[in-house]
Amino acid sequence: MTALLDLTGVRAYYGETEVLHGIELAVEEGGLTALLGANGAGKTTTLRAVCGMVRTTGEIRFAGRRIDGWATEDIVRLGIAHVPENSGTFLGLSVEDNLKLGAYTRPASAIAGIERMYGYFPVLAERRRQQAGALSGGERQMLAIARALMMAPKLLVLDEPSFGLAPRLVESIFEMIANVRRDERVSILMVEQNASLALDLADQAYLIETGTMVTSGAAEVFARDPQIRRSYLGY
Amino acid sequence: MNLFLQQVFSGLASGAIYGSLALALVMIYRATELVNFAQGEMAMFSTYICWTLIDAGLPYWAAFVITLVASFIGGSLIERIIIRPVQNAPVLAAVIVFIALLVILNSVAGWIYTYTVKDFPSPFPDHPVLNGMMTTRELGVIGVTLIMLGMLYVFFRYTPVGLAMRAAAQNPMAARLSGIRVNRMLAIGWGLAATVGATAGMMVAPVLFLDPNMMGGVLLYAFAGALLGGITSPGGAVLGGLIVGVTENLVGTYLIASELRLTMALALIVLILVVKPSGLFGTAVVRRV
Repeated sequence: MTALLDLTGVRAYYGETEVLHGIELAVEEGGLTALLGANGAGKTTTLRAVCGMVRTTGEIRFAGRRIDGWATEDIVRLGIAHVPENSGTFLGLSVEDNLKLGAYTRPASAIAGIERMYGYFPVLAERRRQQAGALSGGERQMLAIARALMMAPKLLVLDEPSFGLAPRLVESIFEMIANVRRDERVSILMVEQNASLALDLADQAYLIETGTMVTSGAAEVFARDPQIRRSYLGY
Repeated sequence: MNLFLQQVFSGLASGAIYGSLALALVMIYRATELVNFAQGEMAMFSTYICWTLIDAGLPYWAAFVITLVASFIGGSLIERIIIRPVQNAPVLAAVIVFIALLVILNSVAGWIYTYTVKDFPSPFPDHPVLNGMMTTRELGVIGVTLIMLGMLYVFFRYTPVGLAMRAAAQNPMAARLSGIRVNRMLAIGWGLAATVGATAGMMVAPVLFLDPNMMGGVLLYAFAGALLGGITSPGGAVLGGLIVGVTENLVGTYLIASELRLTMALALIVLILVVKPSGLFGTAVVRRV
C-alpha cells in the first residue's frame, strides 16, 4: 500500500535553527492521521513543511510526486487544503467571498460547492453576507474548514481545529469533521491538543517530541498505551 | 456666489486628479503597507509616453489607451524587478528603494526629454458651461475619473481576480493556501496603480504643463487626500482627494496667497497625523502587546 502523503527524513528550519530533525510520517489514502505532541514539539511546523511554508530538506511525496521545495500555491493546487490555526479566513471579506476564494483554483464548481458547504455548516448560510470578522470563533473555524473543502482536496490538513473553542463547539466541530470525511472521501492529517477526541476519530497516530517522532501506530493501540495515556490523555 | 461655486467646481476637477493618485497610493499601501513615494514620478513618466505618442502623430485617445497599457506593464515590471527583492527587507530599506526609484525616474525623464516645460494637449475643449461656473474641461476630467473609478470598483468587487487581489492583500498566507499566486497579484496591483496614476498625470498635464517635476506637488496633495480618507480606504482616498482639491482652491482664493497652497497641504498632513491618524474611513490598527 502506498501512502497519499509520505515524509522521509524531513528536516525543517526557521532561519538557521533546525526545528524538525529528520521525521517520517505517512497519511494513507482515505485515512485520518493524528499528530500529537506537547506545545513547541514541532506539530505545526510539520504541517507547514508539507505545504512548503518553511525551508526543509528531505523528501516529501504527495500522490507519488515529490513536492518538497515547491511553492505553497503549487502544492495546494495538487489537492492539499491546509487550515492554519486561527488564521484561515479573510476577516475583511464576506462569508460567501471566503468560500468563493476556496474554489479559486476550480471556479466552475464554486456555486455547487458553496451550497454543499451550507449543508454541512447551516450557520454559515445564515451569515453569508456578513464579514468573516464578525463571526464567532467557532463559526470562523467552520468557515476556514469549509473554505478548505471548497477546493475538493485529496488531503485536508487541519491545525488545531478545536483551538480556543468552548467544549460543546469542539464536539460539533469534530462531528462535522467526521461527516465531511465520510461524504467527501478526503484524507485528513490533523494536529490536535485534545488527544482523546483526536484518537477517537483517527486511524493512525504519531507522537512528536522536540522535533523528533517518538512513536507511531494505529490510533486504538495509541489510546491504550499507558505512557501516552498518562502524558497526553490525562488518565 | 458665482465665484465661490466656480472655485468649488474647479477644486473638484483638481481634487479628482489628487483622488486618483491617492487611490494609487492606497492600492499599493493595502498590499504592501508601504507608501510609494515614486507614484507621482511614475505618473509623470507615463505622461511623457503619451506625449511622445501624440508627438509621433497618434490621435489623443489612441495615445491615451496605449499609455495606460504601457503603464500597466511598466508598473508590474517595477514590482517584479525592483520591489520584490526588498519585499521582506526592513521598512527603511524599502523606503530608500522608493526614493531611489523617484530620483531615477525623475532624472531619466530629464535626460530623455530635457527639463524644458512642454505643452500637453487636453482632449476636452475649454468652454464655459452652467453659467460659467464650470468648464467642459473640468467636466471631462471629472468624467474620466469617475469612469475609471467605476471600472476599478467593478473589477475589485465582481471579478474573481479582483477578489483574489483583495484576499492576497488581506491575508497573504491564507491566499497562498487557497492557491492564489500572491506575487502575481502584487504585480497586477502595481500595474493597476501605475495605470490609475497615469490617468491622473495625463489629466493634470494640460493645466500644470509637462516637465519632470510636474507631479511633485500633486503627490503631496494626493498624500494629504489619502491620509484624510484613511490610508487603507480606497473610497476614502478619492473623497479625501476631492476635499483637498476644493479646500486648496477655496483657501487659495479667500484666505491666503495661492503661493502658500502647498504649505496648506503639508499643514493638513500634519494636522491629520496629530488629530486623527486613521483618517475619516481608515481602520485604526490595534496591536496586542
